[in-house]
Amino acid sequence: MKLDSMYQEIILDHYRNPLHRGLRDPFDAEVHHVNPTCGDEVTLRVKVSDGVVEDVSYESEGCSISQASASVMSDLVIGKKIDEALELEREFLALMQSRGTAEGNEDVLEDAVAFAGVSKYPARVKCALLSWMAWKDATAKAVDPAAATGAAPAPVGAPLDVPEQEKP
Amino acid sequence: MTLTESLVVGGTPGAAGFDVEQVRKDFPILARTVHDDLPLVYLDSAATSQKPLAVLDAERAYYELHNANVHRGIHVLAEEATGLYEATRDKVAAFIGATDRREVVFTKNSTEALNLVAYAMSNAETTGAEAERFRIGPGDEIVVTEMEHHSNLVPWQMLARRTGATLRWIGLTDDGRLNLDNLDAVITDRAKVVSMVHQSNILGTVNPVARIVARAREVGALTVLDGSQSVPHMPIDVAELGVDFLAFTGHKMCAPTGVGVLWGRHELLEVMPPFLGGGEMIEIVTMEGSTYAAPPHRFEAGTPMISQVVGLGAAVDYLTALGMPAIAEHEHAVTGYALDALATVPGTRIIGPPTDIDRGGAISFVLHDDTGRAIHPHDVGQLLDERGIAVRVGHHCARPVCLRFGVPATTRASFHLYTTTGEVDALVEGLHGVRRFFSR
Repeated sequence: MKLDSMYQEIILDHYRNPLHRGLRDPFDAEVHHVNPTCGDEVTLRVKVSDGVVEDVSYESEGCSISQASASVMSDLVIGKKIDEALELEREFLALMQSRGTAEGNEDVLEDAVAFAGVSKYPARVKCALLSWMAWKDATAKAVDPAAATGAAPAPVGAPLDVPEQEKP
Repeated sequence: MTLTESLVVGGTPGAAGFDVEQVRKDFPILARTVHDDLPLVYLDSAATSQKPLAVLDAERAYYELHNANVHRGIHVLAEEATGLYEATRDKVAAFIGATDRREVVFTKNSTEALNLVAYAMSNAETTGAEAERFRIGPGDEIVVTEMEHHSNLVPWQMLARRTGATLRWIGLTDDGRLNLDNLDAVITDRAKVVSMVHQSNILGTVNPVARIVARAREVGALTVLDGSQSVPHMPIDVAELGVDFLAFTGHKMCAPTGVGVLWGRHELLEVMPPFLGGGEMIEIVTMEGSTYAAPPHRFEAGTPMISQVVGLGAAVDYLTALGMPAIAEHEHAVTGYALDALATVPGTRIIGPPTDIDRGGAISFVLHDDTGRAIHPHDVGQLLDERGIAVRVGHHCARPVCLRFGVPATTRASFHLYTTTGEVDALVEGLHGVRRFFSR
């Protein structure tokens, strides 16, 4: 079935047995991000030291894609230099915005390439990105507590950021 | 045709003479396929209804033959366009039992209709003594219910913030009905307005309007009814309902998007301050100030949504010809069938009344896998879509209801005059498939 490209076994594994779940101390910054379209929420903590992502922990509620993505993301960035982790975030974002045209570099993204199929479903891209955006936000705050959080720009051709449907 | 034959037409028990298969032929979109070759199973009518050919034809004919701006211009097209626009006002009035055509105000949608009343109330402070009934300030109260769509909650929260009034609400019971035990304590003589939903878009509950209106009247509060989910599905008579205002939207009742209605009792509209200023809503304009037109035009500033209003007129004609009692009966039968059918799917928790009594055809539920873990509605919706089944997932613009029932979101199947029991069967089969997928 076509959906198997989205619901890869590796994604379902992370969904059933998420890694790094449960908020942990110590941490330098905590953020709360929501996806109003489907009600997904994540509270995420980051601990950094000497330019390295020392720990990421989270509590989240949401669909299998958002849950699995939080698991994959945290496992991927923990222990990486912040610069490297931010580069991973850019790679993953590009993959998610590829509308099914990219496969992703498995050497770099590891388990996260399993989300390539999600990019074909515009309504689900935000699910896969939720925890990544939360991590990026939290890391920016951890590095510079005064860092302002603002909405990301919406480049032409990027997946539509559609608001909640069904307004009377 | 004998009675027995008429009862089995269309295979829907209870809706005598209503042939759902015949009705479906009027809706071109229902014949299309999705994901290559799957028939479309459209169970998302509470979000928006599909449109019959008669409505599409009416909009096209308007643009092909009659297009002009309304209420201005002395020429044939302007007169024809105005005639078509105003004819819909008469049709809508008759459709909801209003006897005075001036009581029908065209808006963009229900949201705008509800905002119109809320903004009129805060504008009353700077209007003459005639608007006294609309004035609201610190110490006054606004009453809503916990099952409101955001469109009948947020405008009142905003009004409370603008004026210093207090927002109160009627809570819910565990089976998704209004808790009226403390009604007299919630609606007190401090209440200036009571605004509530007729049929909940998320729970499907049909509320006991008469009981609440009686209490609101006792304390002299204005009453507003959000009929977005009721007007498209059941016979409505504003005199019988006894409310002061009724808001509803065209696109959920087979009309185009972009047109809604605020019905209001004329003696109230006559003294209600305007919300949007502009052309068409004025009487005399000078650089120093203006006087306003009489209702309904006072509340229809600017060039209106003419073709959509024409489409709404065609939709009203279409629904009237089929008969709202027959439509309501058909949907009631499908709803009862669906509640029974969903009860056969293990791990299904209905959010809302479990029976078809005082309940419309919008059924929200949460599905669980074999281990008892909730399958997120987004995943349910995605897997159903793979089978060509369109449902709505999320909080349905009624997040406080999700909070009340302790769920982040629900899956909702919603029905209309063209929904068949066969489509309900497809949904049930799809849900079994979803459970298999997530239990593997």
